[in-house]
Amino acid sequence: MDDFLLRALLGGLGVALAAGPLGCLIVWRRMAYFGDTLAHSGLLGIALGVLWGLNQGMTVIAVCLVLAVLLVFLEQHQRRLATDTLLGIMAHTSLSLGLVALALLETVRVDLVAYLFGDILAVSTGDLYWIWGGGVLALAVLTLLWRPLLAMTVNEDLARVEGVPVFAVRLGFMMLIAVVIAVAMKVVGILLITSLMIMPAAAARRFARTPEMMAGLAAVFGCAAVALGIWASLRWDTPTGPSIVVAAAGLVIVGFMVPLAGKGR
Amino acid sequence: MTTQPTSEPATARATVSAHPAGPLLQAGNISLSLNGHVILREVSVSVAPGQIVTLIGPNGAGKTTLVRIILGLLRPDSGRVRWRPGIRIGYMPQRLKVEETLPLTVQRFITLGMRASRREVTAVLEETGAPQLFDHPLQAVSGGELQRVMLARALLRQPDVLVLDEPVQAVDVNGQYEMYELIGRIRRERGCGVLMVSHDLFLVMATTDQVICLNGHVCCAGRPETVSLDPAYLELFGDEVSRRLAVYHHHHNHRHDLHGDVVSEPGNHHHG
Repeated sequence: MDDFLLRALLGGLGVALAAGPLGCLIVWRRMAYFGDTLAHSGLLGIALGVLWGLNQGMTVIAVCLVLAVLLVFLEQHQRRLATDTLLGIMAHTSLSLGLVALALLETVRVDLVAYLFGDILAVSTGDLYWIWGGGVLALAVLTLLWRPLLAMTVNEDLARVEGVPVFAVRLGFMMLIAVVIAVAMKVVGILLITSLMIMPAAAARRFARTPEMMAGLAAVFGCAAVALGIWASLRWDTPTGPSIVVAAAGLVIVGFMVPLAGKGR
Repeated sequence: MTTQPTSEPATARATVSAHPAGPLLQAGNISLSLNGHVILREVSVSVAPGQIVTLIGPNGAGKTTLVRIILGLLRPDSGRVRWRPGIRIGYMPQRLKVEETLPLTVQRFITLGMRASRREVTAVLEETGAPQLFDHPLQAVSGGELQRVMLARALLRQPDVLVLDEPVQAVDVNGQYEMYELIGRIRRERGCGVLMVSHDLFLVMATTDQVICLNGHVCCAGRPETVSLDPAYLELFGDEVSRRLAVYHHHHNHRHDLHGDVVSEPGNHHHG
């Protein structure tokens, strides 16, 4: 196998392992659109990174976090706009701001398509450290926060009465989403990142009996989608990031068609 | 905690004297306004060990808001909530909606956030009359069954106080009686205090020691049979009372919505 293919595969697997379990929580908490909005703001993070000469991964995380906190604040303190309207406004404003900012940076040429849809075949060894470092960190933090997050997902009031530090846990959860977005950006691009979180989770649902089983299966399905997508993109010479997403969609469909043995709903 | 209760239970039962340390929970002069609307005005509640206190009142009377303030989920504009230190609370929220996508059995739901053996979980489920639900997916459980599961969950935590927000929601009338009987039995067997929300005085009458009739402020409070004859209660629940007893004459200051819940006519509540 060629080196670049190996790096692509390793990078994709690193992302899928973290995105799957996190995606389950996003699905259970109905936060898919929230995650998508944060991902859209990633481009603004990239622009700021280029502008200030900082690590783009870090600026992406920072911008995502600022937007996440702003969204939570607005959701609680304004009543004029419905949440999905608010998210739509934020998603496209931050994406457009990112595009405008990048266009204003006359000195730098940026490969926009790579940022929007990913360029997994260009993953470097340095990227691999970044992806696996971020991915492992995200999984470790997710493991720590798993029980309180699950309790909050079932009922936040109940969790608070039983002593879960809801505010801190929610902040931690947003941090996780931001890190996974920054990590996954290189692989599938900011416009397709959410799919790598929610699709494996959706595919895993029917086969899972417990939340943990669903998280594990989502990681496995995510990895399968990455491998399938890379293979298909080589076979038919298609763009790799989108091929991975199409493969994930295929897994979702197959997941819903496979009959389940025993009792199930 | 040595402070005297603000509105003291002349209703305190024999079990209370066995716990001389005073009320488990005491909320004094709670007031809250939201966007210029007064939700709660100078409301006081206290619960003693082994005592069942019921908040009743029409929709929008602030019952759930008061419960949320007492639980520390909401901050009042003024007033204080004091719990006896080290107390364990068993809370049962009004609603529980769990996404279909979350694979969660009743057993897992009950043990969420704590460790418990299979036997302990079965024991609390048996106590609330729902042991057959042990392995069911939480989303497949009916409304009435869910109340019993949530109650079992609260009991597993060995609570000193149960806080139950509308424990008979989505239950038919027979089921409501059974549920209140169950709550009364739990109080007798465990000796815990209970603060609960209800919309129907007659259903809780046999179970409860103290009733607080709430409509933004405390309209009247006391033993259920006293409250049921209180003019402030009758003014608030006149329709309900006359439907059941068909003796009281009253003027309408509210109407009922499709569910039979009382709907206040704006600007008509100036009593009390």
